[in-house]
Amino acid sequence: MMDWQKRLLDDFQRDFPLSPTPYQDIAERLGVTEAEVIGALSDLQDRRFVSRIGAVIPPNQIGVSTLAAMAVPEAQLPTIAEFINGFPEVNHNYEREHRLNLWFVAVASDAEHLQAVIARIERHTNFAVLQLPLLDDFFIDLGFKLDWRHV
Amino acid sequence: MDDTDRRLMRASQAGLPLTPEPYQTLAEQLCLSKDEVMQRLTAMQEQGLIRRIAAVPNHYRLGYRFNGMTVWEVPDERIDELGLKVGQLPFVSHCYHRPRHLPEWPYNLFAMVHGKTQAEAEAQIRQIADLLGAHNRGHDVLYSTKILKKTGFRSGQSAG
Repeated sequence: MMDWQKRLLDDFQRDFPLSPTPYQDIAERLGVTEAEVIGALSDLQDRRFVSRIGAVIPPNQIGVSTLAAMAVPEAQLPTIAEFINGFPEVNHNYEREHRLNLWFVAVASDAEHLQAVIARIERHTNFAVLQLPLLDDFFIDLGFKLDWRHV
Repeated sequence: MDDTDRRLMRASQAGLPLTPEPYQTLAEQLCLSKDEVMQRLTAMQEQGLIRRIAAVPNHYRLGYRFNGMTVWEVPDERIDELGLKVGQLPFVSHCYHRPRHLPEWPYNLFAMVHGKTQAEAEAQIRQIADLLGAHNRGHDVLYSTKILKKTGFRSGQSAG
């Protein structure tokens, strides 16, 4: 990755221009052309170095959500994960090293809908779902300082 | 926030088009004017409904392989003060207060850390422990071993 491409990732995690021609504005700041910026962003997205370009929304702005944890036997984990991932309400699902080894986030339009999803997961899997909804967000989100060694 | 704001929030979160005038492209998709799109996005940022507009890096792909969910048991009456301190650490990407579920889950403070090596992640965890000092009544770290699902729609984020 070239230096200006690293700066593209470092400098525009916040203050992405809200102007008619943001890619042109970025290009001017980096000393390259608009086409190069668009090409680089497209390439970085294709190579999955950039997950997306867009608005970062604080949690719970749209609908009601919860972090949920389950303890499931290793052998059943793939099947249960697949079942859970089938819900459009589930947007993240991670396997973690812990007795509680399956962690997912479910988002729904209202609390009733969210509880219906959790109840269906519990009924289908026969395992309890521990609900850990957000009570407070302490993070001052300014983006993330990237370390460019060993990329 | 009205319905138009909500539609714009979803569309802009899903991704800005890679066209020379992306807000104009977005406006056409939503049957709005470019000026209205830009005004509404500015207003939503000022109100905190949108945190920032960004090229969001994929940490895992950039070499951050040790992504730990650190969980801490701290006194409820101190959590606001402690949470703000932990949330300001440069390597913490999310910091949340969540409910305990006793007896199996005593932890009420969550902080996500990201390291390129296990040693780096462990140094970050020690720094949080030092900062919490005697208020830390116990903690655990849950490293992710597999991403089973991660969709573009992030209103719940690793948040929930």
